[in-house]
Amino acid sequence: MDTDRERHRARETAFYLFTQQSLPACKPVLTPGWVIAIFLFMGVIFIPVGLITLRASHCVVEIVDRYDIDCVPEPSRMDKVSYIQDDSIPKNCSHFMKVHKYMKAPIYIYYQLDNYYQNHRRYVKSRSDKQLLDGQKYHDTSSCQPVESNNNRPIVPCGLIAWSLFNDTFEFIREGAELKVNRKNIAWKSDRGHKFGKNVYPSNFQNGTLIGGGKLNPEIPLSDQEDLIVWMRTSALPSFRKLYGRIEEDLDVDDVVVVNLMNNYNTYSFGGKKKLVLSTSSWLGGKNDFLGHACVFVGCSSLTLAIIFMLLHVKYRR
Amino acid sequence: MKRYVYINDNESSHELYCDNRISNRKYTVLNFLPKNLWEQFSRFMNQYFLLIACLQLWSLITPVNPASTWGPLIFIFAVSASKEAWDDYNRYLSDKKANEKLVWVVRQGIRKHIQAQDIHVGNIVWLRENDEVPCDLVLIGTSDPQGLCYVETAALDGETDLKTRVIPSACMGIDFELLHKIKGVIECPNPDKDITRFDANLRLFPPFIDNDVCPLTIKNTILQSCYLRNTEWACGVAVYTGNETKLGMSRGIPEPKLTAMDAMIDKLTGAIFVFQIVVVMVLGIAGNVWKDTEARKQWYVQYPIEGPWYELLVIPLRFELLCSIMIPISIKVSLDLVKSLYAKFIDWDAEMIDYETGIPSHATNTAISEDLGQVEYIMTDKTGTLTENRMIFRRCCISGVFYGNESGDALKDTKLLNAVAGSSPDVVQFLTVMAICNTVVPIKSKTGAISYKAQSQDEDALVNAAAQLHMVYANKNANILEIRFNGSVIKYEVLEILEFTSDRKRMSVVVKDCQNGKIVLLSKGADEAILPFAYVGQQTRTFIEAVEQYAQLGLRTLCLACRELREDEYQEWSLLFKEASSTLVDREWRIAEVCQRLEHDFEVLGVTAIEDRLQDGVPETIETLRKAGINFWMLTGDKQNTAIQIALSCNFISPEPKGQLLLIDGKTEDEVCRSLERVLLTMRITSSEPKDVAFVVDGWALEIALKHYRKAFTELAILSRTAICCRVTPSQKAQLVELLKSCDYRTLAIGDGGNDVRMIQQADIGVGISGREGLQAARAADYSIGKFRFLKRLILVHGRYSYNRTAFLSQYSFYKSLVICFIQIFFSFISGVSGTSLFNSVSLMAYNVFYTSIPVLVSVLDKDLSEGTVMQHPQILFYCQAGRFTVSPPFLAFFLLLYNRASESEYICWMVWSIFVPCNCCVCDHHTCLCLREK
Repeated sequence: MDTDRERHRARETAFYLFTQQSLPACKPVLTPGWVIAIFLFMGVIFIPVGLITLRASHCVVEIVDRYDIDCVPEPSRMDKVSYIQDDSIPKNCSHFMKVHKYMKAPIYIYYQLDNYYQNHRRYVKSRSDKQLLDGQKYHDTSSCQPVESNNNRPIVPCGLIAWSLFNDTFEFIREGAELKVNRKNIAWKSDRGHKFGKNVYPSNFQNGTLIGGGKLNPEIPLSDQEDLIVWMRTSALPSFRKLYGRIEEDLDVDDVVVVNLMNNYNTYSFGGKKKLVLSTSSWLGGKNDFLGHACVFVGCSSLTLAIIFMLLHVKYRR
Repeated sequence: MKRYVYINDNESSHELYCDNRISNRKYTVLNFLPKNLWEQFSRFMNQYFLLIACLQLWSLITPVNPASTWGPLIFIFAVSASKEAWDDYNRYLSDKKANEKLVWVVRQGIRKHIQAQDIHVGNIVWLRENDEVPCDLVLIGTSDPQGLCYVETAALDGETDLKTRVIPSACMGIDFELLHKIKGVIECPNPDKDITRFDANLRLFPPFIDNDVCPLTIKNTILQSCYLRNTEWACGVAVYTGNETKLGMSRGIPEPKLTAMDAMIDKLTGAIFVFQIVVVMVLGIAGNVWKDTEARKQWYVQYPIEGPWYELLVIPLRFELLCSIMIPISIKVSLDLVKSLYAKFIDWDAEMIDYETGIPSHATNTAISEDLGQVEYIMTDKTGTLTENRMIFRRCCISGVFYGNESGDALKDTKLLNAVAGSSPDVVQFLTVMAICNTVVPIKSKTGAISYKAQSQDEDALVNAAAQLHMVYANKNANILEIRFNGSVIKYEVLEILEFTSDRKRMSVVVKDCQNGKIVLLSKGADEAILPFAYVGQQTRTFIEAVEQYAQLGLRTLCLACRELREDEYQEWSLLFKEASSTLVDREWRIAEVCQRLEHDFEVLGVTAIEDRLQDGVPETIETLRKAGINFWMLTGDKQNTAIQIALSCNFISPEPKGQLLLIDGKTEDEVCRSLERVLLTMRITSSEPKDVAFVVDGWALEIALKHYRKAFTELAILSRTAICCRVTPSQKAQLVELLKSCDYRTLAIGDGGNDVRMIQQADIGVGISGREGLQAARAADYSIGKFRFLKRLILVHGRYSYNRTAFLSQYSFYKSLVICFIQIFFSFISGVSGTSLFNSVSLMAYNVFYTSIPVLVSVLDKDLSEGTVMQHPQILFYCQAGRFTVSPPFLAFFLLLYNRASESEYICWMVWSIFVPCNCCVCDHHTCLCLREK
């Protein structure tokens, strides 16, 4: 009697059920009713979400302005590369941007580069995270090849990425008054706090025969060189935008913003484009219709399928 | 080749033969690492991974941290190596225990206690009751005055009944003290693994002069790992020691069986490897072209104008590394893991425990469970597999009178009981043959009850039946048998025993009646081995009818016969027999030839019929499995009629109107050929009809068919869903399995006895029934079950689930590797074909191990259908069997797979692209964490 009960209890234990492969399990059977219900449900969920997302994306006002060709003076357009490489020619240039819709602060300023391979293997690898954090205390900069040292002194920050720092600058003027551009806090907080050293100062940077991109102020520690930090977060795709700063005033419809820019950076040799982007933001981020379109598409196809199945089910009911 | 063993010669043989140190170890401490690595690297997959891992050490080309490949690789190797090491260590421990056991051995004429490993060939070893035998010995003395001793050979062949062993006649009567000083030579063959044969000779030296060379057989030996029972002491000469014993020689690691799924995975791996090479070459060329055209313009990349000589190779090698994840490194580990779990599930299954004996099912081979789900042919033994192998004497026919026909039990037939009571001479003679024409040993317990130790179930049944009919085989004292019949004691002296062999199909004893000194030959055997040899003039018609009638009922028949011998005839023959018995070459054949000279002109006494009941659930099991599309072949040593009857009674074949039996017979090549063609023709015609057509073939015709008409027979084998092969030998069983395997069918062989071992080892899957014929088959098999009916569950539940799970798991492994690999490939097109990895090392490793490999292991608990559904609709198994057809052209499947996966990765990549290009800020930490926007 007792042993019977014990045996019964033993049978109940989870391990016994496991050994007999009879652990409780849910086994949904896809009956037509269930399938239709699931598709309906998906449609009902996805279409509103998609619409909301699309709306958020549409609320974002974005102005894109390509300036790399316009900023080369007419006579030099035949040979843009020699123009950009000639230091004696002043590179300043003015552009007009017309605001077609009211833009609420903060307005983000991005520069966009196209056909620029920040993800190239040689390029991505050419940096030394340890040196960025510890400066000259860290000696092994072999990963920074081919820009690791100059005149037998290490370069801080070393590597191709830092060496090719983007150096176009922008000034914004509305109705004669300069718009204030906030250039602080454009890099990730974690980068500023943990990746780039507070006591590391640029040294021996852009001192060689080959000058790449922008120069750095040797008085400012790396953790405050936010342009560098933004630039060094390499992009995954050959067409990318990087944050330049924020305008903290609203822009009204039909405002004309004059951009005074220094067109220093060479994208002409490889046919890359340079664009300036002003954009507001919504709760969902910048202007991006894809997510909304995808959701609406999935929702619509689910609904259609649900309807087709429903008709089929009604017609061929068993 | 022979070996000469000098008894008690302490010096001469030490160098010639190895000592008794047993070693089952595969490795030593020193060679473990190199040998194990060598074994592991003989697999293509491992070589490949090693190559990849080595390439990754070259920092110029490695896309990710080498640790991401070395880590898993070392882990996998460490797991298999430590498993091997653990097994080997356990083997070492058990060897050590056996080697250091103390045994009594004679040294310089004095018995000493030494370690078992120090025994040398020629030493005399003393054993006490219940001692384990340390090496192969030739008996020279026992405590029994008749020179008998009993051994239990369970460890050797799994048979639990006691075997009698006897000392050679030359050593008979040598006293205890002299045994220490005995000298002589044993001439024996070189070590082999046949545990049923030992053809040797013994000659003793003075003072133990015996002119004759004394023949030795397996009966005079006790083999390693047996136990001495019911005998106070025994001593023997060590002839084979250490790893050269019969047990040691038969040990060995059988070839690992490869499942259809494994072969498929290997093929797929090969195909993916080829594909990978193509991708690498295309991308490598594209990368070099891009580098030379575009990258030189990208000033920020600073490509040097002049590169090293191997520059052209750098980009292809980078892509090789990038694509190396296409072949999943985890698949071997995950599959090994889940396969051992499938095996455990079989061991644990409470519904496959044989409650009569308490034996659970066991999966010895843990690697082939999914093959169970793909079985197409089952080759089954009859006796002990379909039937219970519990023999009961049911009927008999004595001198033309049938007994037991009315009641179905001859032991209760009053006619027979009256005849016994009236001592009818025919009946008495018949019962005498039943009682003493055998090798049974009667054992008297303290209460006086007699029990019998028999090696054959039939003999056991006959002796017990005779005892119930008052012909009690009471005692065996050396060569003197004692029989009690109706109160009187009759004594016989056994002169010779002509043992049963499957070729002769009969056994005989020559006995001398101690009362009147008459010498009689008593025989029993299969009808075709006895009836044709009846003396001229005897009417055997009734016996033939009796045999047929009994076979119709599915009973096993034996014919009993006797012949009186003249004294001189016996003496003359005895010399020939002795000579034949002491030959070393072809002894079995020579003995058979000599026996033939005595076994003729029989007076046939009658026919016995023994029933062997079907096991529970056999018809249902066969029906269910047949519905699942599995074809059954019955391969039996029994005679045609019995086999057909058993086949009918267990649904194996259908009775006349629905089924049709086609016979292939004939004694000559022509006859067999004609009959084979006729059957083939009928088979082709009826293959479209819904009729159960089966063919029956006997061993003789089969031999001819396999030898000369292999093609026609193969075609027949493919056409026929059912076949009965009777009178087949163990090697023919194996040949038939081989034939079906060569037609690319998945075969399962199931059997219970030693004669099924070869077939079980030959088949893709061998299943042994741990039954009454010992554990020999169960040991050789991949799976052992207690009863035939568990086969249904083994195939339909365990086999099917295992197949589905493994299929899912392996497909998934390839799928996830291809997905991530294609993302990398597509990314390379937007990263300047430079071989940048989109994922960093940690993420890549985490993807392979934590995100995809470990969670999916839960699928071993996955059940697509409940067990009940599968059992009710066994047709579902078709999908599993068909598995090999749908994936057989691996390339087609592969490219289908590829197409799906490619479009998927494309989609993922495209989605990434669409989201991130226009988004506010496209930043990523070494390309992994892509964030939408920074604040």
